[in-house]
Amino acid sequence: MKARVTVTLKTGVLDPQGKAIEGALKSLGVEGVTSVRQGKVFDIEVETQDKSRAEAILKQAGEKLLANTVVENFRVEVL
Amino acid sequence: MHAAVILFPGSNREGDVARALRLGGAKVTMAWHADSELPAGTDLAVLPGGFSYGDYLRCGAIAARAPVMDAVRAHAARGGLVLGICNGFQILCESGLLPGILTRNAGLKFLCHMQHLKVGRTDTPFTRLYRRDQVIEVAIAHGEGNYTADAETLKRLEGEDRVAFRYCDAAGDTNEAANVNGSLNHIAGIYSDRRNVLGMMPHPENLVEAMMGGTDGLPMFRGLAA
Repeated sequence: MKARVTVTLKTGVLDPQGKAIEGALKSLGVEGVTSVRQGKVFDIEVETQDKSRAEAILKQAGEKLLANTVVENFRVEVL
Repeated sequence: MHAAVILFPGSNREGDVARALRLGGAKVTMAWHADSELPAGTDLAVLPGGFSYGDYLRCGAIAARAPVMDAVRAHAARGGLVLGICNGFQILCESGLLPGILTRNAGLKFLCHMQHLKVGRTDTPFTRLYRRDQVIEVAIAHGEGNYTADAETLKRLEGEDRVAFRYCDAAGDTNEAANVNGSLNHIAGIYSDRRNVLGMMPHPENLVEAMMGGTDGLPMFRGLAA
């Protein structure tokens, strides 16, 4: 089954890339953007058809590798 | 002193650090990331600079999970010495051997220039030939050197005197302008709790001979081999 792990920066962690993107959007004339925070999305396929098993695998993937929990949070969605 | 320099796919400073180690008086063996053991008799494991695994995911994240890192962890747990420079520091943080993480430089630029550092404690094998608060000049070359940790970790590092080097100006002043990459408390390098593991972003191995433009990095390698 298909799943998605989304990694985002924790609140309060400085995000210079997000800031640069925010500045670029402003200079492109995209109006009304007040803040940008950059994250990562991992589209992952797992063998199992069992939703809770899939969630457990992806939680392990997030904790072991995909996110560095010093500065990042992650969210698992089974699609 | 037997040093093992560990080569990951994408390491590129292994030759520089091996040369500096030999100049300091160490015997150097190269080791491979897929090895499950360090070379017999290794006193010091060195993680060199570079771009292991192309900096994919996060700098050092994939190298930190390589088979050889279990051997490095076991070596450190036995009290063995570990030195991580630049990408090696990032790998040490990602592997859990050192706390915190190196994030994108606050100014977003890849920084490649000479940089002054203030030396911390000198009762370690890495810094015994320096003086406390000595200002040294070495090179930096990194895009992700912005040291970040939670407040509790930072308090512990400072309380236990584990900041090995701080970014400063030529006079040793740790003013805002001297904090080139935005690191917390100007941190350029830190020790593990037992001070046998040192991770640092700057490159002491590139200032070990007069023809390189300076020798301020040499005391580290002489001290290690002493």
